[in-house]
Amino acid sequence: MSNPDCSHCGLPLGSLGEVIPGPTPDLNFCCPGCAAAHDLVAGLGLDQYYQRRVLDNDARRIKPDDSQDGLEFSLYVEEKEKSGHPQSTLSLVIDGFHCAACGWLIEQVLARDSRVTWGRVNMTTQRLNVTWTGPATLANDILAPIQTLGYRLFPFDVERVEAERLARETDLLKAMGVAGFAAANVMLLSVAIWAGYSQGMGPATRGLMHWISALIALPAVVYAGRSFFRSALTALAARRVNMDVPISLAVILTSAMSLFQVITGAEYAYFDSAVGLLFFLLIGRYLDSRARSRARSSAAHLLALTARPVTVIKTDGTTMSMRPEAVAHGMTVLTAAGERISVDGTVLQGASDIDQSLLTGETLPVAVTTGDPVYAGTLNVGQALQIQVTASSSETALAEIVRLLEQAEEGRARHVELAERISRLYAPVVHILGLATFVGWLLAGATWQTALLYSIAVLIITCPCALALAVPAVQVVAAGRLMRRGILLKSATALERLADVDAIAFDKTGTLTIGQPTLSGDYQTFDLQLAMNMAAASRHPLSRALVRAGAARGLVVDVTKAWTVEEIAGGGLQAMVDGETWKLGSQQFCAVSDQCLERAGTAENTGPQLWFCRLGLEPVCFRFEDELRTDADQVVGQLAGMGYYLSILSGDRTAAVKALATRLGLFDWLAELSPGDKYQWLTDKAAKGQKVLMVGDGLNDAPALAAAHVSLSPATAADISQAASDAVFQGDKLLPVQEVLTVAKRAQTIIWQNIGFAFVYNGICIPFAVAGMVTPLFAAAAMSISSIIVLTNSLRLGKIQ
Amino acid sequence: MQWWEPHLVDGANNMENLVYLIVIALGLGGLGIFGLFWSIRSSQYSDMDGAANRILYDDEFDSTPKAGAE
Repeated sequence: MSNPDCSHCGLPLGSLGEVIPGPTPDLNFCCPGCAAAHDLVAGLGLDQYYQRRVLDNDARRIKPDDSQDGLEFSLYVEEKEKSGHPQSTLSLVIDGFHCAACGWLIEQVLARDSRVTWGRVNMTTQRLNVTWTGPATLANDILAPIQTLGYRLFPFDVERVEAERLARETDLLKAMGVAGFAAANVMLLSVAIWAGYSQGMGPATRGLMHWISALIALPAVVYAGRSFFRSALTALAARRVNMDVPISLAVILTSAMSLFQVITGAEYAYFDSAVGLLFFLLIGRYLDSRARSRARSSAAHLLALTARPVTVIKTDGTTMSMRPEAVAHGMTVLTAAGERISVDGTVLQGASDIDQSLLTGETLPVAVTTGDPVYAGTLNVGQALQIQVTASSSETALAEIVRLLEQAEEGRARHVELAERISRLYAPVVHILGLATFVGWLLAGATWQTALLYSIAVLIITCPCALALAVPAVQVVAAGRLMRRGILLKSATALERLADVDAIAFDKTGTLTIGQPTLSGDYQTFDLQLAMNMAAASRHPLSRALVRAGAARGLVVDVTKAWTVEEIAGGGLQAMVDGETWKLGSQQFCAVSDQCLERAGTAENTGPQLWFCRLGLEPVCFRFEDELRTDADQVVGQLAGMGYYLSILSGDRTAAVKALATRLGLFDWLAELSPGDKYQWLTDKAAKGQKVLMVGDGLNDAPALAAAHVSLSPATAADISQAASDAVFQGDKLLPVQEVLTVAKRAQTIIWQNIGFAFVYNGICIPFAVAGMVTPLFAAAAMSISSIIVLTNSLRLGKIQ
Repeated sequence: MQWWEPHLVDGANNMENLVYLIVIALGLGGLGIFGLFWSIRSSQYSDMDGAANRILYDDEFDSTPKAGAE
C-alpha cells in the first residue's frame, strides 16, 4: 500500500475497518462516500485539487456523511425577480475548509452547473455566496455535489448589524486613503516651501504653493475628519469631553489659522500638520476596527454552526423541518448521530456521548441518558437522541457566551491608552500656552502679526510629535521582537496592560496541558495491538489516543482483523471475536471487579482510563493523562518567583484540577466552573482593582479572556478565543507567557523614558519659544531631532536580551 | 545645447514648469485615490486571504464566477 491515508479525506486507511481500492493502485478510500467524492472530482476533470491542497489538521476532514440529510436550504434562500426570471441567492458557511484549493474546488464544481450565475468563496471568512436562475427550491439540488465532496454547508443570514459595520469600516478606509493622499502631497509642497526659506523663494511662488496646499488639505480635512467631528459633537452635546474633542479642535484650528495666513499672504501655513495628524489617527482607527471585526465574524461563524433546520417530532409522531428560531419551548427535537445539537434541552429518549468541547473546552465526550441536560453547540457523537427543548436560538447557553463576549469587549474598549491619557492633559495645556503667548505679546506692545508668529512657534515646538512617537514606536519594536518568538500581539494596548499585570489566571486543559489525552505507562505489545485494532473503529478521543500511541510504538492497525466492532454509547466498544465478546471501555462497562482494580492499582489514578477485557484473561487497564506542557513546571515556578499571584480556573472535574494544582505547587484553584463563573471571577477581581492576565484556549474561556485585564491564547485555541484575546502564542511551551510579560515590562520602561525625554525637551524649548527667540524653521528642526532621539531609544528594545 | 541637458532659464519659465509638475503630481495622486475608491467599491478588500491564494491558480479562477454566462 503506497499511501496509508484515504486518497480523498486523508484519514488513515482502515480506521473504519474497510478499504475500497480506487481505479489505480495508488488510490484507496476509507469509505464508499470518499470513493464517490473522488469519482465526482475526477469526472469533472478537477483532480489537480488533490495535488494542490494542503490538509489542515485542525479543520474537519472532508469525509462525506449523511449528517446533512434533511437540511432544507430553500428555507434560507432570498428570491428575487430579475427580467422575468426568478433569481435566488444564498449565503453559506463552509465547514471542512482546509486551504485555498478547497475554495477553488467548490467554485469549479459550481461553475460546471449551468444554472449557477455566481458562486464565490470568501476564503477569509470561509463563506460561500451562490446565485442561480430558478426558484429557491433548487437549492438542495445545486448544493448536493458540494456535500457529496464532504463539505458541510450551513445557511448564514447576513445580518443588518454586520452590513452596517462593514459600511463603517469601508468609510474609514476611504477616509484613510484621502487623508494619506492629502498628507503626502501637502508634505511635498511643504518641503519645497521650507527649502524656499533658505534659497530665497519669491512670495508669489510661495503663495501659489500655499494656495495649492489649501486646496488639497481643506476638502481632505472635511472628508477624512468627519468621524472625529461627529463623535466630538455628540460628546459635547452630551456635555462630555472625549479624545475626539481636542483632536477636532486641533485640526480645525490649525486649518482655519493656516487658511487665514494664506489669505493674508503670510509666510507660514500648517496644512501639513493638520492632514498628517488625521492620517496617522485614521491608520490607528482602521487597524483597531479590523481586529475587532475579526472577533465579530468568528462569533457569527459560530452561531451559524447551530443555525441549521431542526427536525421536530410533532405530537402525531410525524417529523417536520423548522428553522431553529421557530422552535418553541417544550417541543421535541430529534438529533441524529454526528449532528450538532442546536437547542438547549433535556434528553427524552436515547443514550449517547456528547462532545462538549465547544462549550467547556474539555476533550472527553460526556455520556448522557434520559433526563440529562444537553446544550446547543455540542456534538452528538453517539446515537440519535430525542430532546425536549428548554431554550432555543438566542436563549441558549451558546448564545449567552457570545453575548458575554461582546459585553466584555465593550468594557475593554473603555481602557484608556497611556498616550491618550497624556494627550488629554497635554492638548489643553498647549493650546492655552499658545493663546497666552499671543495675548502676552499683544499686551507687551508687539504688533498682532508678531504676536501670532510667536504663538505659532510655541504650537510647533510643542507639537506632540516626540510624544506621539514615544508609545507607538516602542510598540512596533516590541511586537516585532515578540513575533520572532512566535507571539502575535493583536491589540495595540496589550503591552501597556501586560506591564500592569499583578496576577495570572490559567485555564487547565489546552493551556497548562497540551489538551489531548496521551497513553501513559508500559503495556504488553500484544495487548496494545489487539486493543488498537478495536479502537480504530471509534472516533472517541481515548480510542484515537490509543491508536496514536500504538502508531508511535511502531504498531499498525491490522485491517484484515477488522472485527465487527459495536460502539455502546457512554460505555465503550464491544467486538465478537471467535465467538468471544471482547470489551474495551469504562470500568463499569467492562464490569471490572474490585480485586482487579486493586491489583491494577488504579484507585488513586485521576486520569481517564480504558479497560480491555477478554474472557478468562486479566483485564488490562490503559491509563491516559493530559500531558503538561513540557516547561509548565519551570515557567509557573519562575512566574511565582517574579511576584505574580497565580490561579487556575478550570471547567474540569475537581479531582483532576486538584492533582494538577498540587503538582505545580499552586494553592489557588477553582474547578467545575461554567463560562459565566470564570467571567464573574474576573470581573470581581477587576472590581477589587486587581489586574489579571488570563491565559486560556477554550470557547468557554472566551468571555473570561475578554473580561480579563489582558489575555493570552495558545495558537491551538478555538478561533473565537484567539479573537477575544490580546495576544496569541505558538508552540508546545508555556515559556511565551513569561517572555511576553518580560518584554512588556521593558517596553513600559522605555516608553516612560521617551515620555520623560519629550517633557524635558519641551521644558527647555518652550520658554525660548514663548520669549520669541525661536523662529518657526528652527522649531521644526528641533522637533525632528527630538523625534529621532525618541526613535533611537525605542530601537534599543529589539536588542536587549 | 541638447534637449536632455539641464538648462537654466529665467524665473518665469521655472514657474511654468512648476505649474505643470504640480498638476501632474496631483493628477497621479488623484488617480491613486480613484483606484482606491474603485477597489473598495468592487469589494477587493473583503477577502484578503482569497486574493493572495487566487493568484497562485493562474487564470482558472477567473472563469468561475461568470461560468453561467458562457
